[in-house]
Amino acid sequence: MHEQELPTALAGDLDNNFARLVEIYQDRLYAFSLRLSGNPQDAEEITVDALVRAYQALTRYEGERIQALALRPWLYQITLNVFRNRVRGQRLQLVSQHLTEETAALHVADEEASRPDALLERAELRETLATLIAELPERERVAVVLRHIQGSGYNEIAGLLRQPVGTVKAHVHRGMRRLREALHTHAEWRETDAT
Amino acid sequence: MQHDTRRPFAQARALVRQLHDLGNVCAPATVLASILEGIGQRDAYTLCTSPIGPVYVAYNGLGISAVMAAVSATEFEQAFRARFKRSLRQVETLPAALAHMWQQQWSGKRRPVSRVDLRGISEFERAVLHKAREVPRGEMRPYAWIAREIGHPQAVRAVGTALRRNPVPLLIPCHRIGKSDGRIGNYAFGSAAKHAILTTEGVDVNALEHLAHAGVRYHGSDTTRIYCFPTCRHARRISARHRVSFRSETAATAAGYRPCAVCRPALAA
Repeated sequence: MHEQELPTALAGDLDNNFARLVEIYQDRLYAFSLRLSGNPQDAEEITVDALVRAYQALTRYEGERIQALALRPWLYQITLNVFRNRVRGQRLQLVSQHLTEETAALHVADEEASRPDALLERAELRETLATLIAELPERERVAVVLRHIQGSGYNEIAGLLRQPVGTVKAHVHRGMRRLREALHTHAEWRETDAT
Repeated sequence: MQHDTRRPFAQARALVRQLHDLGNVCAPATVLASILEGIGQRDAYTLCTSPIGPVYVAYNGLGISAVMAAVSATEFEQAFRARFKRSLRQVETLPAALAHMWQQQWSGKRRPVSRVDLRGISEFERAVLHKAREVPRGEMRPYAWIAREIGHPQAVRAVGTALRRNPVPLLIPCHRIGKSDGRIGNYAFGSAAKHAILTTEGVDVNALEHLAHAGVRYHGSDTTRIYCFPTCRHARRISARHRVSFRSETAATAAGYRPCAVCRPALAA
């Protein structure tokens, strides 16, 4: 079954088709939660919580409403709400608390001394970038993750965040600029250290 | 950095590509199972301690779905699948909220709340189990009492069957239901376990069996002229000097006694 056929299938028989919805969306929602929270354990709990809530909401919806549902933005919206509730309840350990930019850079320098191969560098860069994203201000982080990691269009993001498209673009732009600047200083630090 | 200023577009493109790459992660395999557990399509289980020894406890998002004694995890899984037709996996411990709830059952401080999953049982069975839940710790009621209370006074045997099919013994206290003659009767975990759990709840089982042997079903107070089941909290506080024994409702009524409004040994006239 394809993504497009899912709303009709869910409207017909929610219990038998919900597992399929999970299979289709779990990786995307997990990636979304992981990049927002910066922590695999929190990401797993957020994903599970969000999809259980989605099921409970679907049991209350009329068939017509389910059929008309744009599942992807709707699921991102639920996931985002679960994430925000957890941050508010301070049940999330934010990355910045245990891995600051400075210690991340030190960690990279230690590793590099032993084996500076390309694959490792790529993995390091991925890790550094993930840390930097988790440290962005929340509204920029949400916008950047949705636009560039999840690949959603601006209209869809604006709809699910209930913000004007211009605002979303501004947040993405500012977030990207912040990331470039942070990476720039990071590279600079590494080059001076290498000499 | 030299290359940064010289190639800003390439840099920006590389960043977008790397960000896109960050989306390539797979959800851990446990996610699907946890979600299906959360919505009640699957269960998880673990071995828990209880007053009658270790028992297997299964749960899902709706609450605790099964409590069973089994010689091994494999035997428990087979029994669970055969009865509930759902798959399940073993986990280390109960989730914090359920673990707390489980502990509360044995503390005896106040009447414990329990979230249980009672899907898949008939309306009649549900009525029986809900009625059994009303019996307080340390007290007992006969099968016939439940039958009468739920409006099916003839269905005493069906009440026994429904209690035997209780998916969550201990949590829904089917052990507090016994025979009309006062003997404690059978139990899913065996009579010895029933004896043990009732004793930990403060029931003097030997005294009850003694009364049953002597044919005594009710205790009354000659000051209030009210009669109760012997384990009713109002019967237990009658002093020996004022306690009167009855072998039947008819005998109590003939002596001018009325049934207790709390334990309701008979419908109040």
